[in-house]
Amino acid sequence: MTTQHHDSSVYEQIRATDRFQELRRRYRSWAFPMTVAFLVWYLLYVVLSAFARDFMAIKVLGNINVALIFGLLQFVSTFYISWAYSRHSAAKLDPLADELRGEIEKADK
Amino acid sequence: MSHTTLATVLFLLFVVGTLGITFWASRQNKTAADYYAGGRSFSAAQNGLAIGGDYMSAASFLGIAGLIALYGYDGFLYSIGFLVAWLVALLLVAELMRNSGKYTMADVLAFRMSPRPVRTAAGVSTIVVSIFYLLAQMVGAGALVGLLLGITSDSGKALTIVGVGILMIVYVVVGGMKGTTWVQIVKAVLLMGGATLVTLLVLGKFGFNLSGLIGEAAAQSGKGTAFTEPGLRYGTEAQGIWGKFDLISLGLALVLGTAGLPHILIRFYTVPTAKDARKSVLWGIGIIGTFYLLTLVLGFGAAAMVGSEAIRAENAAGNTAAPQLALAIGEAIFGEVGGTILLAVIAAVAFATILAVVAGLTLASSSSFAHDLYAHVFKRGEVTEKQEILVARISAFVIGAVSIGLGILAQAQNVAFLVALAFAIAASGNLPAILYSLFWKRFNTAGAVASIYGGLGSALILVIFSPVVSGRPTSLIKDMDFHWFPMENPGLFSIPIGFLCGYIATRMSKEYNESKYAEMEVRSLTGVGAEKASTH
Repeated sequence: MTTQHHDSSVYEQIRATDRFQELRRRYRSWAFPMTVAFLVWYLLYVVLSAFARDFMAIKVLGNINVALIFGLLQFVSTFYISWAYSRHSAAKLDPLADELRGEIEKADK
Repeated sequence: MSHTTLATVLFLLFVVGTLGITFWASRQNKTAADYYAGGRSFSAAQNGLAIGGDYMSAASFLGIAGLIALYGYDGFLYSIGFLVAWLVALLLVAELMRNSGKYTMADVLAFRMSPRPVRTAAGVSTIVVSIFYLLAQMVGAGALVGLLLGITSDSGKALTIVGVGILMIVYVVVGGMKGTTWVQIVKAVLLMGGATLVTLLVLGKFGFNLSGLIGEAAAQSGKGTAFTEPGLRYGTEAQGIWGKFDLISLGLALVLGTAGLPHILIRFYTVPTAKDARKSVLWGIGIIGTFYLLTLVLGFGAAAMVGSEAIRAENAAGNTAAPQLALAIGEAIFGEVGGTILLAVIAAVAFATILAVVAGLTLASSSSFAHDLYAHVFKRGEVTEKQEILVARISAFVIGAVSIGLGILAQAQNVAFLVALAFAIAASGNLPAILYSLFWKRFNTAGAVASIYGGLGSALILVIFSPVVSGRPTSLIKDMDFHWFPMENPGLFSIPIGFLCGYIATRMSKEYNESKYAEMEVRSLTGVGAEKASTH
């Protein structure tokens, strides 16, 4: 098992390249807004559970009320975001990351 | 054969099987990477199951089912917070952590900081969070044994807790991460199987009509439609405005706690690459999400078929609702023998669950003690792998003994509730430091130390002065009242305090390491120089 030890300046050079900046941008511009979105969506649910009980109690289908549907929708959104992230990574992040890693490790030998 | 004998036989089968695996794993453990990270050679699917195994604790299975059975909708709030929390781990933490760390959470925090103070803080916080979480599992074990073996005396329960503690020490000390991971995998399969079986039987009984099941649960609960709405347990109208803030505090702690739990974070190190870490979290989300949907049916099923009075009579906090449901549904469908068998199966699965989670926690905290505190802080890195692993094994013994002692002391709490406290502490003490160090260039040693101690300390202090510890009939200390903090869960205050302490201390200190941050960013996103899987 080996770990390469680069001069730190090597990493600074890589970090400054356009392609690394592109990788960083692709990761952050997807992950950060999505994190804000699912946290807001989740907190909306928690706050409604605390302060909007009459709304949550409205029955929609038999004994199934808004609160239950809202809760189940949190499951749906979690599954969906996980799936979307894996698609995004496979299409936009992995190829570029693999390419950069290949070049850095090759230059190392 | 009584359910007691059968459950004991089934549980012993699980113990013998997993001990076999553990000793087999121990023969393959050669290096520190084997002991701490299972040689980094588990597949994404295997680790995904193990993530499920680590996460679906007694709190999820016994605690949430019990809360739903007693308080209806409010128990479901837990499931949702516990699940959504995985998105934080998936999007922000899992892959970057796999690429830049080695064995523990502190590896990532200390990457570009002055290592000794940061590792000390992270090690302390890892051990505190793990012990809170361990406590919850031990309480679950004590609650089960009353129902299962008919042991209701305090000394009998204490003896069970000692037994569970000794077994977990064996798993961890002998099997390391490899043995512990296999125990998690076996347990996850058993738990999913058991929960699916009971869920299908319950749904079948109600003609696969969810609305009918909910209606019957609400009717049997004696609370009517309030049972299907938020507010019976958290933020009740009687608790006033602070009760509502307490609910929000709980919600925040649940969603931000997962990505700060040390025993979950070290799971990401057991796979070969960051891509596998991502895939294993995806597997984990699928398994855990499905499981929480099952617990919803289990909880409503227990309310409908067992009734809250019978549940409360067995365990006031509701921790035995799921096994009681197994008995009731088994009897209703297959007669008395069927009920006995189903109860035995579910009780044995619940025991297996507790044992496995306890082993995972002990591994996380003893690894952190040996790798962070002993090897890097006390010995300044001048230590051989062999010595480090020996210390890890010894500390597993000590931590096991401590949690046995604490578990005996805290029998009356709901286990899901205790776990929520562990989540609040993890979200306050660990998450701010992890996110800052992965994403904030300017973050530095002073900031890391301040955010860990600030978050951890404020969470602990608020818990000590909350109604959990004193001032109410349900408090740990019943005869005294020194509480001034109005909420049970500290997250709403302590999480922002953790972030704020990190921010202010960072800004006040001039130190920061630009080139190490460049290294961390490049490594965490591309996987250059990431620890490789062992080849044997």
